[in-house]
Amino acid sequence: MKKNNKTIWGKMRGTLKRSERITELTFISPSIIGVLIFFILPFFVVIYYSLIDNPINAEFVFLDNFSKIFQNEAFQLASKNTAVFSVIAVPLVVVLSLLLALLLDTKIPFKTQLRASFLCPLMVPTASVVLIWQVMFHKSGTINQLTEIIGAHPVDWLKSGSGMVVVIVMFLWKNLGYNMILFLAALSNIPGDVMEVATLEGAGPIYKFFHLKLRYLSPTILFVTILSLINSFKIFREVYLLTGDYPFDSLYMLQHFMNNTFNMLEYQKLSSAAIIMALFMVVIIGILFIVEYWFGKDVE
Amino acid sequence: MKSGSIRKQKIKQKSGIIVLTVCAVFCAVIFLFPTVMTIANSFMTQKEINANYGAMISNFDSDEGKKTYISDKLNLKLIPDKVSLEQYKTVLFKSSDYLMKFWNSVILVVPIVFFQIVVASLAAYSFARYRGKLKEMLFFLYVILMLMPYQVTLVPNYLVADKLGILDTRLAIILPGIFAPFSVFLLAKVMRRIPTSYIEAAKLDGAGEIQIFTQICLPLSRSAIFSVMLLLFIDYWNMVEQPLIMLSDSDYHPLSVFLSKINSGDVGLAFAVAVIYMIPTLLMFLYGEDYLVEGITYSGGIKG
Repeated sequence: MKKNNKTIWGKMRGTLKRSERITELTFISPSIIGVLIFFILPFFVVIYYSLIDNPINAEFVFLDNFSKIFQNEAFQLASKNTAVFSVIAVPLVVVLSLLLALLLDTKIPFKTQLRASFLCPLMVPTASVVLIWQVMFHKSGTINQLTEIIGAHPVDWLKSGSGMVVVIVMFLWKNLGYNMILFLAALSNIPGDVMEVATLEGAGPIYKFFHLKLRYLSPTILFVTILSLINSFKIFREVYLLTGDYPFDSLYMLQHFMNNTFNMLEYQKLSSAAIIMALFMVVIIGILFIVEYWFGKDVE
Repeated sequence: MKSGSIRKQKIKQKSGIIVLTVCAVFCAVIFLFPTVMTIANSFMTQKEINANYGAMISNFDSDEGKKTYISDKLNLKLIPDKVSLEQYKTVLFKSSDYLMKFWNSVILVVPIVFFQIVVASLAAYSFARYRGKLKEMLFFLYVILMLMPYQVTLVPNYLVADKLGILDTRLAIILPGIFAPFSVFLLAKVMRRIPTSYIEAAKLDGAGEIQIFTQICLPLSRSAIFSVMLLLFIDYWNMVEQPLIMLSDSDYHPLSVFLSKINSGDVGLAFAVAVIYMIPTLLMFLYGEDYLVEGITYSGGIKG
């Protein structure tokens, strides 16, 4: 704990000089003003919208909109799909990118080239990647041609329950590389002497990984999880470009629901859905922070 | 005897490395594949593209009758029969549409990235330098905002743009972009790691807050700033949702939106446009890949 305090140069409020307090405020104010105007204040308007029956009548109906939206079948489907996607995709991407990082952390040749090729997916414009995915996962596309050789029946990937598989593959493809770089960085920061001592004392690679490396990696794991969570909500872009406004049921995400309600100008529905989503996110973030606090204490 | 067991161990180690390398290369090929495909396909003639992707294109029109003249198998083809620059010629010279959209992308993305970095590094400095209960709460608020899916912030953004009368102008996308809290979070995390001793030393030399910020803080977080910039650029360069909602006039749409719309018709063109669209990102990567890695690795301090 003591060691940590030295590198964090934060000061507590009480010890600030007047000039320092002025800098503190002037430096942060552009950001705060912008965030207030563009995110916070309008969010209160959204809350207001979610509590009234319609903008013209403007009568308070309190939680009516919320109970309506919970009964809305499209909303139920969308939340279910989104939850299923995030619950599968986020842990998967964290674990796989950690494995990739461990793979690149060994003594293999061509590291730089390999690293660069894993970052490649970040470069390609989403729209053109979607085109390739379409060719691969089309009913008479590449994947089906390949599986046909083994004797499997062709699957109409995007228009069946397997749609989720496609989306998860797309998500992994796009995000593994960057996450891997984050893990690689964290791995290289693990003090070498700790590992050496462990090796001298006869610790095997598996023991070293679970008992030592994982501990040092835990802040990065949390960070990667947060980033992946953000990115898991961005997958809508790909799904939308692949399948349009009304995809097959298994691909109907919360963002589709929001988009379509927006296009139909149903602000009440939209606002209450946005608030539910926001509350949900607050809970998840809170949990992540508590976990970090826990683990952080453990490592120091 | 002993040297024999060491040799055995070495052979074991070597074969292990070979297996690992093969695994890594295999993964890398999968990752590279769509990129290589895009580039390869951009050099095909429209005729070849039609022959390969005909089944999919006719499916887009949902008109079964059209399938007749094309094979109904889709082919992913890596090497063009005949390398042609036909698509590029169309994109670059025959119509000014694509170049205009490219320019649209530039004037949307560059101000967002530049000003977001300015606003965010100032705020991050303040977050890193002074802490308190209130600040921590504010920081938590930023994290929450950062994590909000675009579809949640979309409604507030739309309302504000409407109120300010900037709906249907580029500002409706640029302004919320500038104040997005994503880079504040990342930069604050990095700046918090700058050792206090540097600041104290600078203070003893008589440096003011602004000097500490510009002379110490910014240079030390240079690579982090670059990697955040790269991430922001990639994200906004590919934006689709914002322009669709904020800009009803498609003349203002960036190439990313345009690209997603030419999917159905001229697939061949789409590949060529995609390759051209990739160039700025590629250049940034080539220039800054080391920064990207270093920016993340950065743990503070001048070594030695």
